[in-house]
Amino acid sequence: MALDFSNGLETLDHNFVTAKVEDVVKWARTRSMWPATFGLACCAIEMMGAGGSHYDLARFGMEVFRASPRQADLMIVAGRVSQKMAPVLRQIYDQMMEPKWVISMGVCASSGGMFNNYAIVQGVDQVVPVDVYAPGCPPGPETLIHAIGTLHQKISDGDIFRRREENGGAGAGIHITQLDGQQAPQTIQLGRA
Amino acid sequence: MADPTDAPQEPAGPEDVPEAELLHGVPVTYSRGQRVAHPSASELVDLVRTLHGEGWIQCLDLTAVDYLANPHRTLPASLDPQRFEVVVTLISHRERERLRLRVQVPEDEPVLPTLFEVHPGTEAMEREVFDMFGISFEGHPDLTRILMPEDWQGHPLRKDFALGRIPVQFKGAPSSR
Amino acid sequence: MTIAEDDHPAMSQTTDTDLTSEGAQEMEPRPIAGGVEVLREVGSVLRMSESEAEDGGPGTPDDGEEPDDAETTIINMGPQHPSTHGVLRLMLELDGETVLRTKPVIGYLHTGMEKTGENLTYLQGGTNVTRMDYASPIFNELVFCLAAEKLIGVDLPPRATWIRMLMAELNRLTSHFLFLATNGMDLGSSSMMIYGWREREEGLRILEAITGLRMNHNFIRVGGTAADLPDGWRERLAAYLQTIPERLEEYEALMTHQPIWRDRLQGVGTITTEEALALGATGPILRSTGYAWDLRRDMAHLAYDEVDFDVIVGTYGDSFDRYAIRLNEIRESMRILWQCIEKMPDGDYRVQDKKVTPPPRGRIDESMEALIHHFKIFTEGFKVPEGEVYAAVESPRGELGCYMVSDGSATPYRMHIRGPSFVNLQVLPHLMHGGLIADAVAIISSVDPIMGEVDR
Repeated sequence: MALDFSNGLETLDHNFVTAKVEDVVKWARTRSMWPATFGLACCAIEMMGAGGSHYDLARFGMEVFRASPRQADLMIVAGRVSQKMAPVLRQIYDQMMEPKWVISMGVCASSGGMFNNYAIVQGVDQVVPVDVYAPGCPPGPETLIHAIGTLHQKISDGDIFRRREENGGAGAGIHITQLDGQQAPQTIQLGRA
Repeated sequence: MADPTDAPQEPAGPEDVPEAELLHGVPVTYSRGQRVAHPSASELVDLVRTLHGEGWIQCLDLTAVDYLANPHRTLPASLDPQRFEVVVTLISHRERERLRLRVQVPEDEPVLPTLFEVHPGTEAMEREVFDMFGISFEGHPDLTRILMPEDWQGHPLRKDFALGRIPVQFKGAPSSR
Repeated sequence: MTIAEDDHPAMSQTTDTDLTSEGAQEMEPRPIAGGVEVLREVGSVLRMSESEAEDGGPGTPDDGEEPDDAETTIINMGPQHPSTHGVLRLMLELDGETVLRTKPVIGYLHTGMEKTGENLTYLQGGTNVTRMDYASPIFNELVFCLAAEKLIGVDLPPRATWIRMLMAELNRLTSHFLFLATNGMDLGSSSMMIYGWREREEGLRILEAITGLRMNHNFIRVGGTAADLPDGWRERLAAYLQTIPERLEEYEALMTHQPIWRDRLQGVGTITTEEALALGATGPILRSTGYAWDLRRDMAHLAYDEVDFDVIVGTYGDSFDRYAIRLNEIRESMRILWQCIEKMPDGDYRVQDKKVTPPPRGRIDESMEALIHHFKIFTEGFKVPEGEVYAAVESPRGELGCYMVSDGSATPYRMHIRGPSFVNLQVLPHLMHGGLIADAVAIISSVDPIMGEVDR
């Protein structure tokens, strides 16, 4: 059927979606955020579990873990960072293109965890700016997805850039709570139905 | 040969066999039922080679202990306790048995001959002992640090190397609920 | 593919010392000949530091000869790379696509666990060691507790031993599923990754029901286990075990019976028994060469002498054999688990020895003694008599051992874990020699190293 432009562009209404540029950019950033493979230790196993079929990161567009940091926008530091690994971590972070985000997964990455000793960097935020801290040892897939969801939410809000500025150029530093192994919230029946 | 029960202190000794026992000329004690031989640094490689011929075909583990903070331990009386001890665990599949060798290594000369020629699998283990304790192995093909960065100073598992703990201050974390 | 003899330009890693000074060592029959002789024929280990490699120097610093015509490149693989085996770095010396020599560089996950272990009590120690081999954490806790129990001299009630064995075999199951998943992924089968994780998830849920955590459980304690098995565990475990066999058949169809899989794994990364024994390799790597050594059968610990299972052994020592061994070990673990379901004895899950076992939580409110006892065990810890022991179990990767020295105090004086992957990694250069780079990924995957226990 030939397009009829007699009414100007009005006939084409149903074929277009209009939005602000910022919203489209945010939509693109959150819906297809590709993580770089940076699994170091036990948290990496749970991260891979989050990519598995029970928890499924694919529904967030994130099941492709890019090996090359040039093709990734999210670095999930999953595991303990040792003294030898810290320069490598920074190198990989530097190779990622802007805009880039960092989730510090697990307590070892967030603060050194239970390993407060000579060998482990006490918090990966000493090396790279962290946007979301996910606690747990290891955080289960549910917590990781909560962290990712929080990051997506903050990007959509634009809040993440505001927080980064507040922190003087460091990462957004959002702390989330651990959500594993918890029952779904129970609804309470009050009085009569 | 000296009687091992002459060794000082220790409580009731399932640790020591009353009569002196030798394995190819090297004193033997028992530790919780496990046979332990105590070769000297010069006897070590020959002993391991001889044992290899007798069926102790795998070297499972080669590690070290720094006895700086605990100098009094149970040893055959003929042996002088030194600061370091290198512990080698061998296994015989035929006898289904393990054998432990403990070699005293002095602090001022922490050098031992390498077991690489007899058991090539000790290569990584000796590197680790070198890295963590500073004990060198003569004849090792590549004695460099394996776990710590190559320019690291100090030997972490020595007792005079601090844990490196940084003091943590737990500030009152606001509850999210 | 047999390991090529001197096809390549002189790249042998000759050292200055040789065995001939000892006499007729080299005349010994091959099976028990010193491993160095066997390995010397095959120059496969790259011995140079990173700075030398950067200078572009092929050839060892030792030998003055340059390789004839052949130009070799040294490339770096890792520590961050998509083959999901953690932070292992390999320096590969290549002649085109063929790998000549390899140097695994480790230490990127060194956590100082052995040093940390010297400052933790025996009750806390489990939390530390469990994070070494994080794919099968129960085994680390198990070997730590076995060593401590040997030092203390405590005997466990049978139920405690059987619960431990059940947990161990369940963990072996989940660890081997992880292997199947990552092996599949490394060879290009992303669906195998998803399938392997699906099976593993169900196993982890059962582990969560029993221990409270999906990973790094800290469930095996000195004297037994932390808690009893929950009600209904038999049905839950049986339901899980019943789903596995037919799915294993599917995976066999996807992998074992598939020509591409076979081509990629058969003949790739072969090792002989002598080499494996000389290098200290244990576990599926040693068994793939045809050598039947399994600590569960040959030096039985826990209650393995009371259950029926087979030891799976390969023939050619190649990657396909290692894959098949682990696949069939899943079946054997299932057999053991069925027997655990049937034969689990009743009784205590923990030895009622006041020295090592804290009182039941309920009693703390009632009795002052119980409160003090609880307090002492959890803060100071219990003291362990002086001595030194070595205890070992068969983990999915090989012989996992713990050498523990006690000085009579509440913390170990020295705690050393013999990680099987640490020793197994030494076979990597010999497996990769003569293969292609593409095989390198398959080979690393078949060795199944877990860097947590390599670096500790």
